[in-house]
Amino acid sequence: MKKVIMGNHAISYGATLSRVQVIAAYPITPQTQVVELLSEIVADQKLKAEFIKVESEHSAMAACIGASSAGARAFTATSAQGLALMHELLHWAAGARLPIVMADINRAMAPPWTIWTDQNDSLSQRDTGWMQFYCQSNQEVLDSVIMAYKVAEKVLMPVMIVLDAFSLSHTYETVDVPDQALVDKYLPPLDYKYRLDVNDPHTYGGLTTPDWYMEFRIKMHEAMDQALVEIKKDAAEFEKVFGRRYDPVEPYMVDDADIVLVTSGTAASTARFAVDQMRKKGKKVGNLRMRLLRPFPFADVREHLKNAKKVVVIDRDISYGYHGIWAQEVKSALYGHSKVPVFNYIAGLGGRDIFPETIMNIVADVKKMKRPEQDLYWVEVKK
Amino acid sequence: MAKNRTKIEFQKLSELPPMVQSLRSMAANPTGSWRNLKPVLHKENCIQCTICWKFCPDAAIDWVDDYPVINLDFCKGCGICAEECPKKCIEMVKEGK
Amino acid sequence: MKPTLPLDELMSPGHLACQGCGAGIAMRTSLKALGHDTMFTFPACCWTVIDGPFPYSCLEVPLLHMAFEATAATAAGIKAAMRALGKDKTTICGWAGDGGTFDIGLQALSGAAERNDDIFYFCYDNEAYMNTGIQRSGATPWGAWTTTTPVKHFKKEVKKSLDDIVAAHKVPYQATASIAYPEDLYKKLIKAKEIRGFKFIHILAPCPPGWKARPEDTVKLARLAVQTGIFPIFEVEAGKYAQTVKTPTRKPVLEYLKLQGRFKHLKEEDVAEIQRIVDMRYAELEKRFQG
Repeated sequence: MKKVIMGNHAISYGATLSRVQVIAAYPITPQTQVVELLSEIVADQKLKAEFIKVESEHSAMAACIGASSAGARAFTATSAQGLALMHELLHWAAGARLPIVMADINRAMAPPWTIWTDQNDSLSQRDTGWMQFYCQSNQEVLDSVIMAYKVAEKVLMPVMIVLDAFSLSHTYETVDVPDQALVDKYLPPLDYKYRLDVNDPHTYGGLTTPDWYMEFRIKMHEAMDQALVEIKKDAAEFEKVFGRRYDPVEPYMVDDADIVLVTSGTAASTARFAVDQMRKKGKKVGNLRMRLLRPFPFADVREHLKNAKKVVVIDRDISYGYHGIWAQEVKSALYGHSKVPVFNYIAGLGGRDIFPETIMNIVADVKKMKRPEQDLYWVEVKK
Repeated sequence: MAKNRTKIEFQKLSELPPMVQSLRSMAANPTGSWRNLKPVLHKENCIQCTICWKFCPDAAIDWVDDYPVINLDFCKGCGICAEECPKKCIEMVKEGK
Repeated sequence: MKPTLPLDELMSPGHLACQGCGAGIAMRTSLKALGHDTMFTFPACCWTVIDGPFPYSCLEVPLLHMAFEATAATAAGIKAAMRALGKDKTTICGWAGDGGTFDIGLQALSGAAERNDDIFYFCYDNEAYMNTGIQRSGATPWGAWTTTTPVKHFKKEVKKSLDDIVAAHKVPYQATASIAYPEDLYKKLIKAKEIRGFKFIHILAPCPPGWKARPEDTVKLARLAVQTGIFPIFEVEAGKYAQTVKTPTRKPVLEYLKLQGRFKHLKEEDVAEIQRIVDMRYAELEKRFQG
């Protein structure tokens, strides 16, 4: 059924269709509509679930960890400060191998207080053991929640669905809300083998000496490798059932492009629009949209950037004292495989708009240079 | 359902569960070697009050046929049983004597 | 004589508690009341270690180890899942030390108490961060030595009135208990198991190394804490206080203090100060006991 909905509600519908059993959440702008709609859906008994209105994001994740350990499909959503507060427990959820799914609506970190978008909140959680799916449309947001449970429950690692504040969370788009029966077919009920069970009691997460700690870390890493395989399989199955496809990366006119932009989130759709405009003027520009941060799709990135003469990573984030986080990832993927110069542009922090002109200006700038003369370039900032 | 009380040795990575999960009981870990003092029960004075059994922090006193039986495989020798015994019929003696 | 508690043991021997550990007795007694249809979550605390290292456990019930400040929220999550899965009868328990309850876990505890989540929250209170090496907590009493309140600068703040904080949440059931009175604890848990909503159980659990006491004195100390009025034993049911272990004539606090090295440095006037603090608190509670 087609519906015109905001990104936040796309998350709520995704969670509802995934038949989540326990929701624990704490309000934070710009995430609030996610849980407002969910609490209504649960109260109206349109979804058989328990909703715990916790007193902090830390407790939201704690409750999800408890619920997931007991074998329920658990869900939460947050932003920025809330995500940062959860940080300790993000490690816990992954280390405990729990298939929890969470939506993070990208909001810039304080101080100063801000509610607008950038990706520093989610990218700061890169090494916690969570898969991260970056979305560019409300349809993708809804579909990703369902796909997230699918892969999480196969490899026993948690997933974060990431979307931009306001430019997606509060933007209304037409979304095909799939039939429950189809979703049920794609996503069977959770049967978590390692659940707390009084008839087969085990202790989970107990003290582990140096004799064994590393082996459990190997297992987490292997699970992530496996996740990449599963995500590709799931993409094919999802396309078969729902007619839409989401790959780890989404190339657009990259094959013959001299300049390939690397983008994520809503900046990617803006970049795609800009590519169309530039192509009309005969400029050979392409775009590679990154959907996955973890597991990182090394092979796909190398494959789609192999013909590029220049790679331009546009980061809506910054690692102070280094450069953009996506740029680091892309450079490390290319290292030893390609000599293509990688340009890094930092744009749109704290919700500053990224317009098609912004992208075109970046491309014009890059055209003037053979190789990057600086580690990074700030876009449209006051000098 | 009592857990398996034997030790477990893993040989290969594949034998491990995906996450840290207990598979055996700590009863595979005899703590009797922690002991400096050993409780010795003088059964003839025992009034079967269960106090020693009740207060053992280690569950190392079993209640068998209406009398306490001290399990020296596990007793850490804290001496609570001897201290609490109203008839003072548990004596703490030096280990090895 | 028939044992006053069930013979079944859900805690195995071989665990890693110190000699004479009060927390060991607290768990063993509690499990006898809770039974096998019970699940636990522990934060960082002594019991993190006591339970045993991977791949072992001394508990015959499921246990989820969790982060320090997360006990109550985790238990609430487990409970919600069990309800969603149609297994509502299982008793879900958070089991935390005093640091994890009085200090770092207080927010989550308050949240779960306010929501009236249908869980047990146990605090086994040994009055300091014992597992990390005896640092002071909000539960450490006035006058005590710890490694962060050294003898020359012993603790000058009174123990936080956690029971009052919990009571302010109007929870359906809360109780204090002592390992020296296991039948009292047992009875309370059997009763509380039938009560829907938040149940808070605060158990004083002496710690021989942390209190610098002889391991054989653990039960004696727990008993003296009650007999002196330092740790009165009561329950609060729907706002109504009842003293379940009566102490019509209280022993002087010195009898309790003198068995513990952590109070060895106190002068006569310090002991008098502790007596004053204890008398004041006891008088306050006595009024509530009388309704």
